[in-house]
Amino acid sequence: MTSGGWAILLGSVGAVTLLFGWCVIKVMKDPQDPEQTLHGFDPETPDLPLDAGDPHEP
Amino acid sequence: MASSIHKKDGWNSRIGVILAVAGSAVGIGNFLRFPGNAAQYGGGAFMIAYITAFLLIGLPICWAEWAMGRRAGREGFNSCPGMFNVFSRHPMPKYVGVLGLVIPVIIYMYYVYIESWCLGYAVNTLTGRLHFGSVADAGAFFSKFTGASENGSALGFNVDQVGVYLIVVFILNFLLIYRGLSKGIEWFCRYAMPTLLLLAFVILIRVLTLGAPHPETPQNNVVNGLGFMWNPTKVYLEESVPSDDGSVRWVRVSEIVGPRLRKEAETMAQSDQYRVVELNVWKQLLNPQMWLAASGQIFFSLSIGFGIILTYASYLKRDDDVVLSGLTATSANEFCEVALGGLITVPAAVAFLGVAGLAGAGMSTFSLGFHVLPLVFSEMVGGQVFGFLFFFLLFLAAVTSSLSMLQPGIAFLEEALAINRRQSVAILGMITAMGTLFVIYFSEGLKALDTLDFWAGTFLIFVMATFQIILFGWVWGVDRGLIEAHRGASISIPRIFGPIMKYVTPLFLIGVFILFIVFNVLGVNFNGESALSSYVTDLVGTNPNRVAWMSVSLIMLVGVFFTLMVSGVEKYRSFHRKGGRRQS
Repeated sequence: MTSGGWAILLGSVGAVTLLFGWCVIKVMKDPQDPEQTLHGFDPETPDLPLDAGDPHEP
Repeated sequence: MASSIHKKDGWNSRIGVILAVAGSAVGIGNFLRFPGNAAQYGGGAFMIAYITAFLLIGLPICWAEWAMGRRAGREGFNSCPGMFNVFSRHPMPKYVGVLGLVIPVIIYMYYVYIESWCLGYAVNTLTGRLHFGSVADAGAFFSKFTGASENGSALGFNVDQVGVYLIVVFILNFLLIYRGLSKGIEWFCRYAMPTLLLLAFVILIRVLTLGAPHPETPQNNVVNGLGFMWNPTKVYLEESVPSDDGSVRWVRVSEIVGPRLRKEAETMAQSDQYRVVELNVWKQLLNPQMWLAASGQIFFSLSIGFGIILTYASYLKRDDDVVLSGLTATSANEFCEVALGGLITVPAAVAFLGVAGLAGAGMSTFSLGFHVLPLVFSEMVGGQVFGFLFFFLLFLAAVTSSLSMLQPGIAFLEEALAINRRQSVAILGMITAMGTLFVIYFSEGLKALDTLDFWAGTFLIFVMATFQIILFGWVWGVDRGLIEAHRGASISIPRIFGPIMKYVTPLFLIGVFILFIVFNVLGVNFNGESALSSYVTDLVGTNPNRVAWMSVSLIMLVGVFFTLMVSGVEKYRSFHRKGGRRQS
């Protein structure tokens, strides 16, 4: 195994492990309790109409 | 009736939906197809193409599917035709949405067959029946087990035939899907996914501690296996062969990995007959086939373009996070694929068979999984147990994926016919059972499976994904789509993904699709020569293949069936007449 091979292996495995770990921590720390039953309350603000124009336009 | 069904079905928890989507994505391909591709094209170059495809296709389509699914779900639609209809007044999108039913239903018909191989191999490994002396022995068992040697021979019910496992797997899938989203899919994934990770870690530790299992061939070791897969530069030994016209052409003899083989090859290269050539990352990146393989891997691996994520997301509530949940499910898949799949399969195979042995046996998904690995576990200390664990891991990964392929069809039948789950499960069960019977009866050379996989599992996925991202970026609008995605989100999608989703992803997809047509359909090779691929000549050649024709007819039959149903759904027609708001 060449040093380039080790670099790619460690870089690839490290990157996906970090990303996965970060996501898991973020989900667990999220104020929306991950184990809490998904909420089903009625919306407080209306949805954007599906066929509305550009939402950035006044 | 339909609205009450919609209210009943839903996810139970955020972790549950993440595990279900991750389970849908993590499948056999993570442990067999990805390592084979990376080793074949060179780890360095393949990872560049893979990461590029992940950022430009995988993540954008994933987020688009989560956002579109949740938005359309709020309008009371859970199937692709209904969801696509929500985003456009034109009737065309709802008919294109039929692809989001045809693709998973057709894939299920053959995927459940492969799933039963995994269960069968797990049982046969544990009971000591998989003890082979050569790849040829393993191949002979595979042919007998799957019925690949002769049409109709897969229908046996002995322990070393696929029939009994297929029945078990089919019933398990439909029992779970009948229990519904939270009590079936979510419940199963909650246990299956952590178990899968645990099994993968156990096998990974075993593989990484193999060293050089045969002292007489020290070059066959795990480190060289890792090098074969991850080294950025491919090194080959080539031999000169005189041509008829008197010129000399160089024929590749073997790939060289490790200092020992390199030294031997350089010694041989001192004669004029041999030479050592290096293919660096940049040269490998010029190979369009590699880009095609990397993009295809991302598609299949992340389950994008199947209509599955759209369906799953449609059961979310208005403020449920889709950005972080989508990223978490995606990253779970990438972790399983790169960090686990990338370190288990190929290194174990090289440690026992060597680079030349592995290359000779083939690195396709089936060769690697069902020819090479059984031989590896035959020779490994404790192989009976570790082989069982590995094939059981594949089985779990396959079940969580096949379950997700049933839900789009179930959702559509409930939506279109206003029937309950028992009825929808019965109808879909009959349709898929007939399709699976077709696949296992015409098992010779796995022709039916292969044809369905090419046209429905590859070709149609490109079409569906391209349409989906255009619908998101150009019809619904990227700005509205991103605003919707960020509702309730605990992280933000980087701004750069706006233009990527609108311009880059569709162009990239169209580019990859053109490559697919050029290389895999028209059969153009590097010399510019063209010979139509066997998938085409099977249909329009001078000697068309009957099974290939029937397979394509099956896809069209399912497509026509769903199209006719879509045309009759009053709920879709009345949606825009009533102002495009939820009617239930």
